[in-house]
Amino acid sequence: MELFLDILVAILLILGCLMSLIAGIGLLTFPDMLTRMHAATKPQVLGFLLIFAGLVIYLRSWAVIPVLALAWGMQLLTAPVSAHMIGRSGYRTKHAAKETLFSDELSLVVNRVNGAPPTGATPMSKAEAPEDK
Amino acid sequence: MLDIVIWICGIMLGLGAIACLIRVAKGPSILDRVLALDVMLLIISAALCLEMVLHKHTDYLLFVVAACMLGFIGSVTVSRFVSDQRNA
Repeated sequence: MELFLDILVAILLILGCLMSLIAGIGLLTFPDMLTRMHAATKPQVLGFLLIFAGLVIYLRSWAVIPVLALAWGMQLLTAPVSAHMIGRSGYRTKHAAKETLFSDELSLVVNRVNGAPPTGATPMSKAEAPEDK
Repeated sequence: MLDIVIWICGIMLGLGAIACLIRVAKGPSILDRVLALDVMLLIISAALCLEMVLHKHTDYLLFVVAACMLGFIGSVTVSRFVSDQRNA
């Protein structure tokens, strides 16, 4: 039983750390901010869950579960919020490369709110431009 | 057996941290850097957990919780700043 639990701990820790390595590789190799966001969220939830599970099983104590559940739940609550904020400001500041998007549904709303686009806010025409050529 | 596992995990975390640092150094926009530093903070928390496994203590649990909250506050603040800077 002890050996089984130790092997389980080893597998969980290696998988959890592998998520961090995958996030680093993705951050280096992906070409765009939005795709890098996709890579960066890998260790936030799944990687932490695996590492925390490995830690709890290795320590063999119920007492650390509430603290780690607090940390993981905090991560679960805040990761979508921060990803949303980063994506939103990236879209607003043209840091996100919109030429690589297949469909840009937010541009419909932005154009409708802005009315006639006065200040060069024409993401829809930009998105359709490659198809016209 | 656990020593080998800790070594493997440490090497993977180190490679991930180096990749994040390279992205921070040459990221084209500030949002890329924020994203990379967020991942960096997660790697630091994972390393704290790994150290707790290695020495079998629970001293760093609160540091892990604090690191989670710190990453959230940092990325939200910077992205807020970037949005406001364009509207101004």
